[in-house]
Amino acid sequence: MTWQFFKQIPMSEKKKKEVPEDSKLDDIVESSRRDFLKKVGIVGAASVTGAAAIYAGYRHEKEKPSGEMVKVLTEDNRLVEIPKEQVKDYKPDLKALQTRGRVGLKGKKWVMVLDLSKCRNARKCVAACQGAHHLRPYEYHINTLVMQESHNTPAYYMPKTCQHCDNPPCVSVCPVDATFKRQDGIVLIDNERCIGCRFCMAACPYSARMFHWQKPKGEEADKGQEYNIELNVPQKKGTISKCLFSADRLREGMLPYCVSACPNGVFYFGDENENAVTNGTTKETVILSELLEKNGAYRLMPELGTKPRVYYLPPKNRIFEFKQWTPPEYIETT
Amino acid sequence: MTTSHSGSARHKERLDSVAEDVLRNVRFNRGFILWMGFLSAVLLVCLYAYVIQLRKGLGVTGLRDITSWGMYISQFVFFVATSLIGMLISSVLGLIGYKWVKPIARIAEIIAVAFAAVAGLVIISDMGRPDRFTYLFMYGRIQSPILWDVTVVTTYLLVSLMLWFIPLVPDLAIAKDRLEGRPKLLVKVYEILSIKWVNHPKQVEILNSTIRILLILIVPLAFAIHTVTSWLFALTPRAGWDSSIFGPYFISGAFVSGTAAVIIAMYFYRKSYKLEKYLTDFHFEKIGRVLALVSIVYIYFNINEFLVPAYKMKALDSIHLQELFSGEYALLFWGVQLFGLLIPTILLLFRQFRKPLPMMVIALFVLAGSWLKRILIVVPPQAHPFLPVQNVPIQWVIYKPTLIESLVTLATLILVLMIITILSKLFPVLPIQELAEEENADLEKQEFNN
Repeated sequence: MTWQFFKQIPMSEKKKKEVPEDSKLDDIVESSRRDFLKKVGIVGAASVTGAAAIYAGYRHEKEKPSGEMVKVLTEDNRLVEIPKEQVKDYKPDLKALQTRGRVGLKGKKWVMVLDLSKCRNARKCVAACQGAHHLRPYEYHINTLVMQESHNTPAYYMPKTCQHCDNPPCVSVCPVDATFKRQDGIVLIDNERCIGCRFCMAACPYSARMFHWQKPKGEEADKGQEYNIELNVPQKKGTISKCLFSADRLREGMLPYCVSACPNGVFYFGDENENAVTNGTTKETVILSELLEKNGAYRLMPELGTKPRVYYLPPKNRIFEFKQWTPPEYIETT
Repeated sequence: MTTSHSGSARHKERLDSVAEDVLRNVRFNRGFILWMGFLSAVLLVCLYAYVIQLRKGLGVTGLRDITSWGMYISQFVFFVATSLIGMLISSVLGLIGYKWVKPIARIAEIIAVAFAAVAGLVIISDMGRPDRFTYLFMYGRIQSPILWDVTVVTTYLLVSLMLWFIPLVPDLAIAKDRLEGRPKLLVKVYEILSIKWVNHPKQVEILNSTIRILLILIVPLAFAIHTVTSWLFALTPRAGWDSSIFGPYFISGAFVSGTAAVIIAMYFYRKSYKLEKYLTDFHFEKIGRVLALVSIVYIYFNINEFLVPAYKMKALDSIHLQELFSGEYALLFWGVQLFGLLIPTILLLFRQFRKPLPMMVIALFVLAGSWLKRILIVVPPQAHPFLPVQNVPIQWVIYKPTLIESLVTLATLILVLMIITILSKLFPVLPIQELAEEENADLEKQEFNN
């Protein structure tokens, strides 16, 4: 894959995806017809009356090959041919989701760059993230903070995600391997494993983690949904949740939710191995090392030795005035 | 320890009298039943609070993302701390050769067993998913200090339990024939637990060497449990926890709260069990000196813990220290340091305060101060993390324990009291055999007269 790792899906195409395709409808009709025949077949076999003919019809129906073959690309990049009727939609079960979620995307080293000179505190990143992960307005995977180092230095806004440290204190202290570091650099949390001891919260210097103190916002709506470790949905009461670098979107070749939601071009996201990051607003892809070098990039609290995968570009040459934002009064809801 | 004097008539006489005095309290009397009934009733109310927490989640506590460890973790630290006293009294002082610890050793072990046993339950009350407790054993990762803590606390509990039980065996054998009028079940339990003890020299030899091994073993174990507990905090980078002396700071504080607990228990048994003959002024005088000594050591560590960062006033340390010295927690901080540590220590330097009643009052202050000190250690450092706390509900910013949380915390204390009550009411609270040994008796008298 090249720099264009991230698909830029036009709106029209996105909409098309949501409509069930005709072939799918056919499948549904076909399978219900078969179910019906199967039931009839069982009854027929059990009874003594002349149902044998129907049963024979069912057998014939089942064995008849349509002869049509389709070409399918396997996971290990082999092109194979299989009968059309054997094609089934792939829906990973919990085990598959957990296995692939813990391994990560091979050959990638995800990295985020935030240009603070562009952040006007639109908080679209926050909203997009909370929407995707079914969080309440005061539950954060990403939060925009007002920062001011001292009274005579300027105030600025700083979106703060999980730093996805290469030396993550949270992972060290987790007693049950619920939070872990993947090969692509992402630190994830498995809420099927988390025991809710909150040691990771105590250890994290970036206050990046949140805990479900009560039943999560989407508990009813998400009921029955298979848990996706890369989206951390359904969220679970009594477990930790945190920024995931939108691992589910990365798997689909798309930019994280916050990155593509930003209207001001704050976020760059990409692969350190490719030395390229893409701006979520302009979709412009730039050379990572050049971006960092030319803008005096830094990381948060490097003295702690956590080695974050999130870089910040200082808030210099801002083309807008800093406007103090008064947050709404957040009230706990159940 | 136990040497055979079976031939001596004087010894027999003395054994009879000690056994009578001690075993007089081993019974299901009205007081015991009322007290246990009261504890059970309160426990039921508290358990109901825990059921609410289980149903609704930890949100029923005052804990939130900012301060996510509060009263439960403080209670855990306090329990582990107090349980350390078993090691100090029976092991350190006993191995040095102080004879006066003999009647106190079992009381100290009872406290150690009770607090260590419930410490684990306190941790479970703090878990978001207590149903996944077994994951610690199924998926445990050895580099997590929680694993170290679970390992050493369980080991310490087992060794403490053995240190309570093994010296008890000869007493059970003595007592089993002297339990007229007690329930048959209790007599049966005594018979089984006395594991066919007949005071044979071989048995005595095995018993003594076993105890000796355990007494040595428990020293590093006790240091380990509380050092590891301190590391739950010190291994994080937060100001107020990020301290290299947290291990010894915790251990020295542990001896203070444990000694205070033993003094209160001694006073209670002396009065209500009428054991003035065995828990004498002399013993209070001695344990009073111990409390003074460990308090002075703890004051020394306090000076180190607060003065060193206060001199440098690094940005985050200064916020934390200002909260303690003159901010949100100032009243609690100075109250605990003065009335829970400094003033008691000064008073204990005077002989007239090392009498049973004043000591008991002082110990109550010290114990309450020790509990509050754990809150001060656990809670304030979380209020001011590295990055500012913004855009959250106002009640997230300052931690305030709720009623439900307090009841669940109380439940664990009640469990401790229940264990102490059972161990000290259904079994001899003083070592009969050892106290009956004349040489010790004489020695004690001699020491006291000096």
